[in-house]
Amino acid sequence: MHHLITYLADAPWITFNTGAFSDQFWASTFDGLTYGSIYALVAMGYTLVYGVLQLINFAHSEVFIVGVYATVFALNAMGFGPSPVYPPMVVLIIDLLVAMVAAMIASGLTALILERVAYRPLRKRNAPRLVFLITAIGASFTIQYLIFVWRGGSNAEPATIMFVPDPVFEVFSTIIDSQQLTIFIAAIVLMVVTDQFINRTKFGRGIRAVAQDPDTATLMGVNKERVIMLTFVIGGVLAGAAALFYLMKVPQGASFNGGFVLGIKAFAAAVLGGIGNIRGALLGGLLLGVVSNYGVTLLGNSSWTDVVAFVVLVVVLMVRPTGLLGESLGKARV
Amino acid sequence: MALLELIDVSVHYGSIRAVHGISITVEEAEIVTLIGANGAGKSTTMRAVSGIRPLSSGKILFDGQDITKLRADLRVVRGISQAPEGRGVFPGMTVMENLDMGAFTRKDKKGIAADRDRVFDLFPRLAERRTQVGGTMSGGEQQMLAIGRALMANPRVLLLDEPSMGLAPQFIQQIFKIITEINKQGTTVLLVEQNAQQALSRAHRAYVLETGTITREGTGKELLSDESVKAAYLGVT
Ligand SMILES: Nc1ncnc2c1ncn2[C@@H]1O[C@H](COP(=O)(O)OP(=O)(O)OP(=O)(O)O)[C@@H](O)[C@H]1O
Ligand SMILES: [Mg+2]
Repeated sequence: MHHLITYLADAPWITFNTGAFSDQFWASTFDGLTYGSIYALVAMGYTLVYGVLQLINFAHSEVFIVGVYATVFALNAMGFGPSPVYPPMVVLIIDLLVAMVAAMIASGLTALILERVAYRPLRKRNAPRLVFLITAIGASFTIQYLIFVWRGGSNAEPATIMFVPDPVFEVFSTIIDSQQLTIFIAAIVLMVVTDQFINRTKFGRGIRAVAQDPDTATLMGVNKERVIMLTFVIGGVLAGAAALFYLMKVPQGASFNGGFVLGIKAFAAAVLGGIGNIRGALLGGLLLGVVSNYGVTLLGNSSWTDVVAFVVLVVVLMVRPTGLLGESLGKARV
Repeated sequence: MALLELIDVSVHYGSIRAVHGISITVEEAEIVTLIGANGAGKSTTMRAVSGIRPLSSGKILFDGQDITKLRADLRVVRGISQAPEGRGVFPGMTVMENLDMGAFTRKDKKGIAADRDRVFDLFPRLAERRTQVGGTMSGGEQQMLAIGRALMANPRVLLLDEPSMGLAPQFIQQIFKIITEINKQGTTVLLVEQNAQQALSRAHRAYVLETGTITREGTGKELLSDESVKAAYLGVT
C-alpha cells in the first residue's frame, strides 16, 4: 500500500496541483454545486423508480437525453442558435420556461412509454429481477440508436446558446454568475417541491406506501399501476428540467449517446446518497458534483473527474454500504 | 342476501393449488371465522377476497354483485377492507399516516374524522402514539394499528388475518374483545385464526379449512363441541 502511494505520487502522469486547488477552491465548489444540481435532478429519477420497484432504470439516461433534444429544438424554434441572441430579460425567461416545459413533456412521455412498453409487460408476467435489468439496458440502447438513425449519425447537434453568463455577486472573492445561480436555485426548488409532494400529499403517501409494501398498499385502495406510472413520469419530468440546465452548461450536449456518462454519474449520485432516498439523491448529486470538480482542479486535468467521482463513491460505500442517508423511499422517515 | 359469498373458489400459485373449490357465506352483521392448520389456504382465501390474488375458478359476490374480476383497489371502495397477516404496518409512516392510508379511498373529511375517533376509542394506545413511526412499535401495538387502519376505510366487511398471531395471552383476550366490540358496532367480520378456542367462541358461524378444502362448517358453538375439531384444533384429546 505504502509503495503504491509513493509510486503514484512519483508517477509522471499524476501531478498534484495544490496551488491551483487552493486558489480555485471556491470556484470549483460553486461550479461543482451547479453540475451537482444537474446530477441530483437526474438522480431523483433513478431513486424514485428504484424506491417503488427496486428496479434500476438504466434507460433513464435516455429519458434525459430526449429532454436535451427537446430543449434544443424548442430553443431553435424560438430563434436561439450557436451564437448568443440577446432578447429582453422577460422574453428570455419566458423562452427558457417554454423550453423547459417542452423538455419536461418529452422526457415525461418517454419515461411513461418506456414503462408501458418495456416494464409493464414484464411485471404482468412476474419476470425475475434480472430480466428487468437486461430489458432496461436494451431499452437504453434502443432509444440511443433510434436517435442515431433519426439524426443520421453520431454528430452532436450544433451548439445552442441560451445566454451569456453575467457576474451576479461575489463570495470569498469568487464570482457567482447568473448561469450558476439559475441552475442551482431552479434545481433546488424543483427538488424541494418533489420532496414535499412525496411527503405531504395524499398521492405522495400512496407512492411511499407502494414503496414500503405494495400488497398492503393495494389493500388500502392504492392503485399500484397508477403509482408506478406517476413515479416514472415524475422522474422523467425532473430529467427534462435537468436537460435544460445541462444544455446551458454544455451547449453541444445533444448527441445520441450524450446521456450515458451523465446517467452513470447521476446513478452514482443516487447510490452515494442512498438509493431510494429522495434527499439522498440531492445530497449525493451535490457532493459528487463538488468532489469531481475538486479532482479536476487538484489534478489539473479534466480527464480525472469521473475517476475521482467513482473513487469517492467506492470509499463511501465501503464505510456506509447503504449510502450516506441510507434506507429507501418508504422506510426513511422524514 | 349474503353480504359476501365465495362460490366454488379455487386459487393457484403457479401449479400449486392452495385453495380448491371452497364456498363460504358471510351474512351482514355476522362474525364468521375460518380456522385451519398452517398452509391450509386461509390467507390465500383472504387475498382472493381482497383481490390481490386472482381466482383460477369460481366466483365472489359482494352485496349480490359479482366482484371476481374487480380490481383490488376498487374493492376497498365497495367496502372490503383487510388487516393482513403479519400486520403490514407501513414502517416509515407514523400512526396517523398509517391510519390515513386506511382512509385512502375516502373523501368525506367528517366521516374520516369520526372514524379516527372511533379507532382511538377502541385503541387508546394509538391515540397516545400518534406521531410514533410504525416500524418502531411493538407487535401488539402494530396489530392494533393494522386493525384500526382497516377500520378507517369504514368497511362493510372487515377481514382479519390472524390478529392474535405472536401476541401474549392477556393481549389476545383484549384483541378478541375488541373484535366483538367492532362487530357490535355494526361491522361484519371475517376472521382467520389459529387460536380456534377464542375464534369459535366469538364467532356466529365457522368453517374449517384443511389443505385447501372446507371440511366442516357450523355455528361457533357446534364446532367448539365437535369431537374432530376438538382433537385437531383445540388441543383436547
Ligand atoms: N406466494 C406463494 N407462492 C407459492 N405458494 C404459496 C404462496 N403463498 C402461499 N403459498 C402456498 O399456498 C398454501 C396456502 O398458503 P396460505 O398462506 O394461504 O396458508 P394459511 O392457511 O394462511 O397458513 P398460515 O396459518 O401458516 O398462515 C401453502 O401451501 C403455501 O405454501
Ligand atoms: Mg396465513
